[in-house]
Amino acid sequence: MSKYQVNDNGYYGDFGGAYIPEMLYPNVEELRQQYLAIIQSAGFQEEFDQLLRDYVGRPSPLYLAERLSDRYGANVFLKREDLNHTGAHKINNTIGQILLAERLGKKRIIAETGAGQHGVATATVCALKGLQCVVYMGAIDIQRQAPNVARMKMMGAEVVAATSGSKTLKDATNEAMRDWINNPVDTHYIIGSVVGPHPYPDMVARFQSVISAETRKQLLEKTGRETPDYAIACVGGGSNAAGMFYHFLDSPEVKLVAVEAAGKGVESGESAATTVLGREGVLHGSRSLLMQTDDGQVVEPYSISAGLDYPGIGPLHAWLHKTKRATYASATDDDAMQAGLLLTQLEGIIPAIESAHALAQLEKMTFAANDNVVVCLSGRGDKDLDNYMKYFGF
Amino acid sequence: MMNRIKNLFANKGDKRILSIYYTAGYPTLNSTVDIAEALEKAGVDFLEIGFPYSDPVADGPVIQHSSEMALRNGMTLDVLFDQLKDLRKRVNIPVFLMGYVNPVLQYGVENFCKACAAVGVDGTIIPDLPMYEYEEQYQTVFETHGLSNIFLVTPQTSEERIRKIDRLSTGFIYLLSSSATTGKNLTVSENTESYFSRIRAMELDNPTVIGFGISNHDTFVHATDHADGAIVGSAFVKLLDDPEYSTKIAPFIQQLSPSVP
Ligand SMILES: Cc1ncc(COP(=O)(O)O)c(C=O)c1O
Repeated sequence: MSKYQVNDNGYYGDFGGAYIPEMLYPNVEELRQQYLAIIQSAGFQEEFDQLLRDYVGRPSPLYLAERLSDRYGANVFLKREDLNHTGAHKINNTIGQILLAERLGKKRIIAETGAGQHGVATATVCALKGLQCVVYMGAIDIQRQAPNVARMKMMGAEVVAATSGSKTLKDATNEAMRDWINNPVDTHYIIGSVVGPHPYPDMVARFQSVISAETRKQLLEKTGRETPDYAIACVGGGSNAAGMFYHFLDSPEVKLVAVEAAGKGVESGESAATTVLGREGVLHGSRSLLMQTDDGQVVEPYSISAGLDYPGIGPLHAWLHKTKRATYASATDDDAMQAGLLLTQLEGIIPAIESAHALAQLEKMTFAANDNVVVCLSGRGDKDLDNYMKYFGF
Repeated sequence: MMNRIKNLFANKGDKRILSIYYTAGYPTLNSTVDIAEALEKAGVDFLEIGFPYSDPVADGPVIQHSSEMALRNGMTLDVLFDQLKDLRKRVNIPVFLMGYVNPVLQYGVENFCKACAAVGVDGTIIPDLPMYEYEEQYQTVFETHGLSNIFLVTPQTSEERIRKIDRLSTGFIYLLSSSATTGKNLTVSENTESYFSRIRAMELDNPTVIGFGISNHDTFVHATDHADGAIVGSAFVKLLDDPEYSTKIAPFIQQLSPSVP
């Protein structure tokens, strides 16, 4: 088995596990016992593939961005998750989890959301399947991502404001966990990233792995090689990066680059660069890297991008970081906003501010002339227009 | 040290055991031991002192609030162990520390256990430290320092798992009245009745104490009809909001459990 796969106890090396109160044990244990059998069954795979194709619009294109390539002196490919239905990679996971929830007989779905993309993707699949949907969202994020709140409501979801702590993604996740504790029988919690107790990180990574599975095929067609020289993705909890890296983990010639949000600067005190600022700790059910005080209290992160504004990363990433299989870089708010504008002007694509963090990394790297570089364009920027307008004064 | 808790249950006779939870460092940083002393005087049988965490996912609004305020007041594990230095000069009843696993990890599991033993803490309740992780990485250290780690059981916990918890437990078993965050009111229904009876019929080796949702005399009596004791948390923490709380502790305990002197 690959050293980058989760082991039977739910660990990636030192990271992972299921640090959950007893109230969550029956639900998490049920998932642990059944998720592999369910997602590997023929019926599940058929329905999953069909929905990804006909409903989400997969495979998402692998686009050779020529003007961007000229600028950086390498072949820059964009994996166009922004073209998915609902506008981000998040829907790959929610399709998978709703099919799983259905097979587990669950009637009610809960989710947390930061940027609102995962909330929208969850509300969408609940509308598709006619299941009740409650989305927890930080009160601050409700303000900075208003269009997504409206979309969730239109699809019939109840959006509940998380008003504790920093009122962002971490607090929304706390509220979702509290809901699950109080509704232990009929509810499935669709976690939106490769975080949470085992088996969530592995399950979400598997659903997102379609990104790199397709990329391999598309690269073979376009370059004659299944693997790129570099794969680059932004990291909030780390699900689009996990999906982008998944089928390259055991291809050591592929250099994996993950980009965290540095906010106003890694050392500014307003940042979300977990691999630099964090230490090993437990949050939301798994042992990973975590921004925290010496006393073990979680530190409030900051990023202009609501989807990256999280004080931890998934345990797979903590392990890829520790083993140095992937490089963890960071981009500031300013880096990301400039990179977002640049993509818009060179390629006519407005990226999500999250994805713009991955693009910002291109500015800092030097490539050989024929290097093939794949950047995961995890989402589109419609939800961020307000932020772009404010930032650039349009 | 486990003896304090063993003796309590061994010698309880017909007594309904009452335990109180409150958060260290709330309402003021230095109120921790004064409240412990007042509770013992009022007749409480054992204590759970919460060490605050920034992200208490198993707690409802009242204990979330007390935790947040305690952190703002400056409470840390270092401060708490310093406050508890003279605990055993002032308080004789068993004391458990209750909190989440991350602060313990940062303090160092071994250091944490040593510090607990040094100040005379009898055991711990760490809801997000599950049994599997406890057995793999913690049990030996905890037992070396004579600490009794308490596990939770909910209506959804399987019989097989309850048996395992019973084997691993050295103090008591903490029965949740329902799967819930703290601070919800216990509603007595056929379901809770049959859950409590099911547990009783299992004739576990460890005593059982019911917690979550016990807030008044009726729920206390109901819980202790089915178990050896009951734990009151949010209802007591709410009382501490009152600036005059120190005069209200004894009457509060009195109305909960009129049988105590
Ligand atoms: C477009 C987009 N990219 C990335 C992320 C970050 O999540 P993850 O790190 O799990 O991919 C989000 C989260 O909301 C997002 O909306």
